Amino acid sequence: MLSAALFYFFSLLTLMGAILCVTRRNPVLSGAWLIVSLLGVAGLFLLVGAEFLFVAQIILYIGGITLLFLFVIMLVNLEGIVRVRQFRRSWPLVMAVGIGLVVEIVILLLRGRLPAEATTEASAAGNTEQLADVLFSSYFVPFELASVLLLAAILGSIWMGQRRPGRQAHSGAGERVE
Amino acid sequence: MTTVSPLHYLIVSAVLLVIGTLGVLLRRNIVVILMSIELILNAVNINLVAFSHLHRQVNGQAFVLFVMAVAVAEAAVGLGILIALFRNRGTVLADEMDLLKW
Repeated sequence: MLSAALFYFFSLLTLMGAILCVTRRNPVLSGAWLIVSLLGVAGLFLLVGAEFLFVAQIILYIGGITLLFLFVIMLVNLEGIVRVRQFRRSWPLVMAVGIGLVVEIVILLLRGRLPAEATTEASAAGNTEQLADVLFSSYFVPFELASVLLLAAILGSIWMGQRRPGRQAHSGAGERVE
Repeated sequence: MTTVSPLHYLIVSAVLLVIGTLGVLLRRNIVVILMSIELILNAVNINLVAFSHLHRQVNGQAFVLFVMAVAVAEAAVGLGILIALFRNRGTVLADEMDLLKW
């Protein structure tokens, strides 16, 4: 009963945060609601017993990615953006696509059949221990490849973020939104 | 409705996916589009963790870790591109980046 109540609470947090994140005019507010939504997802992880992912979600997503978003919002001048039109002009087409997506997912959920819940008792080892076992045995090569991917991302974002003299000649001054 | 089945998690995940997709397609601000992509990835993560719980195996959770790593890389590179774009074009609106459009 308590877990059901917590499930609905975290789901509400997730979905409400997501809706408000997508619809806010000010990107800083979007970032704040994104934090709420990600916290809800972290709570859902905790409810199904994924303790390690709960902590990783908070550290990585909320402490890392959302902070990165807020830093970029500070670096990029967004004051003019708040006052212009926020949604694309082709929104009826997008809504049609969205309704198509909803219909598709509903059909999938109605026709799909979930496998029976496994009855094996959870092993005595904790979640983090089990995850480490799997990660460093079956998924060892992908784990190392992920570190290579992160290294490439670090180098790429540093390279793209740096200011190169001589390439600034044709900054689109006429299109600047002030 | 006092017990929570994996289907409940799938429904939450599906709704989150739809919200994220609409955000990507509807918004003009690239910062918010990147945030919506994070929402989509989180919807996938909820699914993976719910099935991992259903099968009593942690493989799905290991996969969620990889998704998180890719999401971090994607956010870092995407925001780097955004800063470079803003420096060159002076705008962060997606529909004003139309040099390759005909």
